[in-house]
Amino acid sequence: MSNAIESLGSLWGPLLVLGQIGLFTLVLLLSIAFLLLLDRKIWAGVMMRKGPNVVGPFGLLQSFADFGKFLLKEIVIPAGANKFVFIFAPILTCTLAFAAWAAIPVAPGIEGGTSWVISDLNVGVLYLFAISSLGVYGIIMGGWASNSKYPFLGALRSAAQMVSYEVSIGFVIITVILMVGSMNLSDIVNNQAGGLQNWHAFSFQNFPLIVVMFPMFVIFFISALAETNRPPFDLPEAESELVAGYQVEYGSTPYLLFMLGEYLNIVLMCAMMTILFLGGWHGPVAIGANAAGSMPPLLLSLAGLFWFMLKILFLFFLFAMVKAIVPRYRYDQLMRLGWKIFLPTSLAAVLVVAGYVTYFGVQS
Amino acid sequence: MALIAFILIGAVVVLSAMLVIVARNPVHSVLWLILAFFSSAGLMVLIGAEFLAMLLIVVYVGAVAVLFLFVVMMLDVDFVELKQGSLGYWPFALLIGVILVAELALVGAASGSLTFDTFDPSPGAETNTEAIGAVMYTQYLLLFQLAGVILLVAMIGAIVLTLRHRPNVKRQSVSAQTGRRRADATELKDPAPGQGI
Repeated sequence: MSNAIESLGSLWGPLLVLGQIGLFTLVLLLSIAFLLLLDRKIWAGVMMRKGPNVVGPFGLLQSFADFGKFLLKEIVIPAGANKFVFIFAPILTCTLAFAAWAAIPVAPGIEGGTSWVISDLNVGVLYLFAISSLGVYGIIMGGWASNSKYPFLGALRSAAQMVSYEVSIGFVIITVILMVGSMNLSDIVNNQAGGLQNWHAFSFQNFPLIVVMFPMFVIFFISALAETNRPPFDLPEAESELVAGYQVEYGSTPYLLFMLGEYLNIVLMCAMMTILFLGGWHGPVAIGANAAGSMPPLLLSLAGLFWFMLKILFLFFLFAMVKAIVPRYRYDQLMRLGWKIFLPTSLAAVLVVAGYVTYFGVQS
Repeated sequence: MALIAFILIGAVVVLSAMLVIVARNPVHSVLWLILAFFSSAGLMVLIGAEFLAMLLIVVYVGAVAVLFLFVVMMLDVDFVELKQGSLGYWPFALLIGVILVAELALVGAASGSLTFDTFDPSPGAETNTEAIGAVMYTQYLLLFQLAGVILLVAMIGAIVLTLRHRPNVKRQSVSAQTGRRRADATELKDPAPGQGI
């Protein structure tokens, strides 16, 4: 894609990037609206309820109705709140959640060796990691600026929780980087071409590594739950203890932005797992080089986009099921899981994968 | 384009660094510090050192500054009282400031002009990351490992300082907890009506 931008000349380059950003934003917002409904429907289904079913057919327009409601409500800022930080916190959360998507490659490009992505960074993985590690600020700032006890407790909890689980996420990412030898997300996806058996979560080509890589995928999934404050790790907003944690004082549009940022982060984590472990845009069955060559490139791109979205949807389904069926952790259990189980396990995995790559090399 | 970006980001770095000192509320100071870190990462991206930029964000903004913020938010300091004594430090502050400006002027004069046109962020390698790795794990291996040892010592020190064995604390043994079976934990009683257990 970047080659195409350069050929269009310097004037069209920025406009094209702006267009891409607009397209990404639009698609993301629309998908979030329906994913939110899906989340609620799955949750309701597990509880044998019907879920939202009034607005539109099957309640399909529920999220849009909620959106309108949030926009039209009055913004209430508590008297003792720090006004600027109070308003800035949800904006920051939402902006960061969108910014991370700039580096996500969603489909193979029409020209060979390229991909559909706004910015194909050399350090794409690190960029995603960096941006997601900034997500904690929105919560801390929101909790602190509310000048109230429950939000503050929620903010403190989330600060400790998100920093703890970032450590194991970092090590898991390193195992993948070791297998690929590059931090470029498109390279990571292309390393998993050729069907299900090459996906990093299974990695049959490097057979002994499945013992390490599949558990790493599971650890990443659980850490992603903790990183996005999803149940069973939603202690920053544990409604039974902290009412709604850092969100207590928020309503109207600021709350909407928090909510949007949270769901964007969940989908981002699903996209990261898809790219790092589930082969990104590659389908589970390899298409022969001849068959791929005879197909129009646009069709291949769209097929890639289809697989990418299907995998994200599958992972989102898992997120929703976990929310529905797993009870909330106690805070000390959460810390124990992060520091005493995930950290040593992922550290050992880094050693094993590094040793394997050094002595046997990676077949891909 | 790069020049405009440099001027904009540089201005943000300088402004936010000043606001770190000027801000009255310490939490605001830390927030400005975070903005300064973040914008410095932007400057590093501009000169092509994207790996360092990302590390700066991950390590300093994502972890160190979170702990700063954590500590500063928990502190209960009376800043009016603190500000009253600060006038006495002005001579020292002035001295340090003069030394810094003098040093900067010397460096500026010695190097002629501060241009980075010939700067190569990834000498002898394809990417910035490879260039850093190639130097760090060959030429500076000993120093790198020494830095690791120092960090390990600091970590052990922090653990030793905070590790206390208080006798009256109830602790949960997770293996004992998950090893519990129904027979160990419950007992079935069949009390007759009107009688207690």
